[in-house]
Amino acid sequence: MSRQSNRTTDSKKMNSELFTLTYGALVTQLCKDYENDEEVNKQLDKMGYNIGVRLIEDFLARSSIGRCQDFRETADVIAKVAFKMYLGITPSVTNWSPAGDEFSLILESNPLVDFVELPDNHSTLIYSNLLCGVLRGALEMVQMAVDVKFAQDTLRGDSVTEIRMKFIKRIEENLPAGDE
Amino acid sequence: MDTRFTRGKSTILERPLTRPKTEVSVSAFALLFSEMVQYCQSRVYSVSELQTRLADMGQSVGASMLDVLVLREKNGKRETKLLNMLLFIKVNVWKSLFGKEADKLEQANDDDKTYYIIEKDPLINAYISVPKENSSLNCAAFTGGIVEAILTHSGFPAKVTAHWHKGTTLMIKFNESVIARDKALDGR
Repeated sequence: MSRQSNRTTDSKKMNSELFTLTYGALVTQLCKDYENDEEVNKQLDKMGYNIGVRLIEDFLARSSIGRCQDFRETADVIAKVAFKMYLGITPSVTNWSPAGDEFSLILESNPLVDFVELPDNHSTLIYSNLLCGVLRGALEMVQMAVDVKFAQDTLRGDSVTEIRMKFIKRIEENLPAGDE
Repeated sequence: MDTRFTRGKSTILERPLTRPKTEVSVSAFALLFSEMVQYCQSRVYSVSELQTRLADMGQSVGASMLDVLVLREKNGKRETKLLNMLLFIKVNVWKSLFGKEADKLEQANDDDKTYYIIEKDPLINAYISVPKENSSLNCAAFTGGIVEAILTHSGFPAKVTAHWHKGTTLMIKFNESVIARDKALDGR
């Protein structure tokens, strides 16, 4: 980790088109490699999870944000800080459940789906499923188990893209025996 | 490539080609690319297979990028001369993909079919450390795929490979026919 010294809090930016098309190339490849959309969705979620697990560290280092008091604050940080930092967009947080354990992120634009159309034979493909994995992986690393899924997607003809997040439980930290 | 088609009322066709630049963070790209490399690695047995897979993915990026760039930056006009084509890649393509021109464009001394695009510190490799046992692996094979697709789809069929030399060097080997045609054009 010798690179850490020259890191700045302001992360470097790049043209989103290379990112979009690279993601497109990945999804295309997965569609070729796997037999059905469900498998592709699963694989995207898994890759997203791996990204999330690593991304959270980068996020905490750059944003210098501390522990969130409640799930509402978490939601705000995800939408206003994390999405802004990594994808350059700010989704809105809405549709809170009465218990305050479930909300929706509404994405007005989604950089992953620029240039994208779903072919008819991939109607069950959740194209941006990677994002769900990222959110799940990142939150798991800060002791939050969440369920994340796409509720609506402009690619499938919905008017907005909506990611639904549900808080499941706090993960208790299990210290390895004798490691107090 | 799968058949291209567009649904009747797709909004994608309504959008302007020139758009305000949108940006994402380099970390997001680095993490995504890392997953791609790991995924490819899990399905191959050798370094060369891995590079081929990365190049294949790059090809689909290059193919999509070419059309939009020609329309945006060249008013829809395609290059017909070899050198201009290479400069288009060095300048326009590189700027739009990586935000800067490629460091160097060179021709091989002993071979008029071979050109090099040299990048000291390519964005793609910025966060990748190559394991000792696979020291020949260069993930810029992905960029190689992009360049190969752009050249091939512009009518300059070529093979592009990535090597560790002065940083990263993309070696472009054109088909004989391309060189012959360019020489013939020169005579006019």
